[in-house]
Amino acid sequence: MTPSEDDRRAWMGLLARSPEGRVTRLLEVSGLGSGAKLLRPPEIGSVMVRGRAGGTGAPFNLGEMTVTRCALKLECGTVGHGHVQGRRKGDAKAAALVDALMQTEHAGMVEAGVLEPLRSEEAARRQSRAEKAAATKVDFFTMVRGED
Amino acid sequence: MYVAVKGGERAIENAHAWLAEERRGDTDIAELSVAQIREQLGLAVNRVMAEGSLYDPDLAALAIKQARGDLIEAIFLVRAYRTTLPRFGASEPIDTGEMGCDRRISATFKDLPGGQVLGPTFDYTHRLLDFKLAAEGEVPSAPVREASGEPVPHVTGFLNREGLIEEAPTEDITPPDLTREPLELPADRALRLQALTRSDEGFTLGMAYSTQRGYARNHAFVGELRIGTVAVEMEIPELGFSIEIGEITVTECETVNQFKGSKTEPPQFTRGYGLVFGQTERKAISMALVDRALRWEELGEDDVGAPAQDAEFVLYHGDNIQATGFLEHIKLPHYVDFQSELELVRKLRREAGAAEMPEAAE
Repeated sequence: MTPSEDDRRAWMGLLARSPEGRVTRLLEVSGLGSGAKLLRPPEIGSVMVRGRAGGTGAPFNLGEMTVTRCALKLECGTVGHGHVQGRRKGDAKAAALVDALMQTEHAGMVEAGVLEPLRSEEAARRQSRAEKAAATKVDFFTMVRGED
Repeated sequence: MYVAVKGGERAIENAHAWLAEERRGDTDIAELSVAQIREQLGLAVNRVMAEGSLYDPDLAALAIKQARGDLIEAIFLVRAYRTTLPRFGASEPIDTGEMGCDRRISATFKDLPGGQVLGPTFDYTHRLLDFKLAAEGEVPSAPVREASGEPVPHVTGFLNREGLIEEAPTEDITPPDLTREPLELPADRALRLQALTRSDEGFTLGMAYSTQRGYARNHAFVGELRIGTVAVEMEIPELGFSIEIGEITVTECETVNQFKGSKTEPPQFTRGYGLVFGQTERKAISMALVDRALRWEELGEDDVGAPAQDAEFVLYHGDNIQATGFLEHIKLPHYVDFQSELELVRKLRREAGAAEMPEAAE
C-alpha cells in the first residue's frame, strides 16, 4: 500500500510542528518501531526562512530557523524521513520512524496511537488561541448625533 | 614595531568566575530556568530571535540567561551559534495571507473582512506599574468567544482592486543573502529587507521616527499590522516534494503612504513593508517606515539628503553586532598604538615649542 503524496505531506508537517518530546512519547506508548537502521543519524541544522516584499512580491531572506532531520530504514526496507522544528534529535528519529511505519501495514496503529492524538492536540491549541483572539475583536458602534 | 605582550590569564579566568557568580546573583533567591525565560520574558526572547536572525525560542532564552539579560550580548551569542549550523536549504516564501492571527489591526479601514483583532497588546493599558505582579498569584484565564474561522485577507488587497495602491506582483527569484555574501551597495530591496529585519530595534526605531519628524517624510499610515503563526514549507530533495518543517510566529506591517506621483509613477498610495520574527510590533512598524524611505529612488522621488534615505548609512550602521564589535574593540589593549600616539603628540609639542621660542626671544 502506497500512501498518497498529500497524506504523507500532511503527517510529516504534523510531526514537524509537534511539541517537544510528544511524538517520541506517543511512539513509545504505542510499542512500535524497533529495529530500524539509521541512514542519516539525527542532524541539527538550519533552514533560511524567506518572506515576500509586500507579502506577495519578490522573495527576501527573513532569517534562519533550527531544524533536526533524520532518515532510517525499517527491516522490511521501507525508508522514513523525519524533519522537526528545533533541536530535538529524539523527535526527529521518532518522526522518521512514524513516516516509515505509516507506509507499512502498521499504518492504522500509528495513525491511532500517534498521529490522531497529535492532530487533536494541535487543533485544540489552535482553537484556544483563535477563541481568545476572537474575544479581542472590536465591535464598533456608532454614536447617533441627532439634531432633534 | 609590534611588541607582543603576554599575561593576564589568571586575571581573565578569575574575572569569568566572578562573572558566573554575579550572573547567578543571591543564591537565597531561586535560580531562573531557561523555560521560565522562554515563557515569561517572551518579548525579550522574540527580539533576540529577530536580531540574532535565528528562530529558536529555547536558544534565545538560554542566551538571555547567559548574557545576564543584556540583549545585544544575547544576540551576539545566537549569531555565533548560528554560524556553527549546517544549512539544509531555504524555505518557500511564507504565506502571511494564511496567517493564524493573534492580532490584526488596520489604522486605515475601520470595517474590514476578518475584523480588528487586538490580541495580547500593551495598547490601551494605562502604563501604571502593577504591584499585584510583585506578589505571586493565579492569573485569571483570558475570555474566549467563538471563532468565526472567516478568512483574514491582506488590507492592501482592497486598495489594489481600485488600482489606488502600488501592487506587489509575485516574482520568483533567488534573493541575495547577506549571511553568505558581504552586504554591498547598491543593495536591492530584498537585501535591504534582510538587513532591516535583523537590524537593531532602537536604531531602526530612531530612523523611522526621523521620517515622521520630517527627514524624508513619507506620510505613513499603518494599513495593516498582523501577528500570528505561519507554516514554513521547504522542498525536500530526497522526497521530491515540499513539506512543512515547522510553524513560526511573525509580525507583519504594511504601511500605506501618500504619494503625489513622480516622473515615473502615477499618483497613488505606495507601500512600506516590515516582517520580523516573533511578536515584535515596534520593530516591524519601524522597518516598514524605513523600507519606504529607502525606496525613494525606485519611486522617482527626490533625494532630500535625509539619513533614512541613505542606504549606506542605514544598512551599514543598523547591525548591532557589527556596531558593538567595532565600538567595543577600542576598550581592548591598544598599548602599543597609544604609545606611538603619545610619542607623536610629544614630538608635535616639542616642535611647536621650538617654533615659538625665537618669537619670544625677539
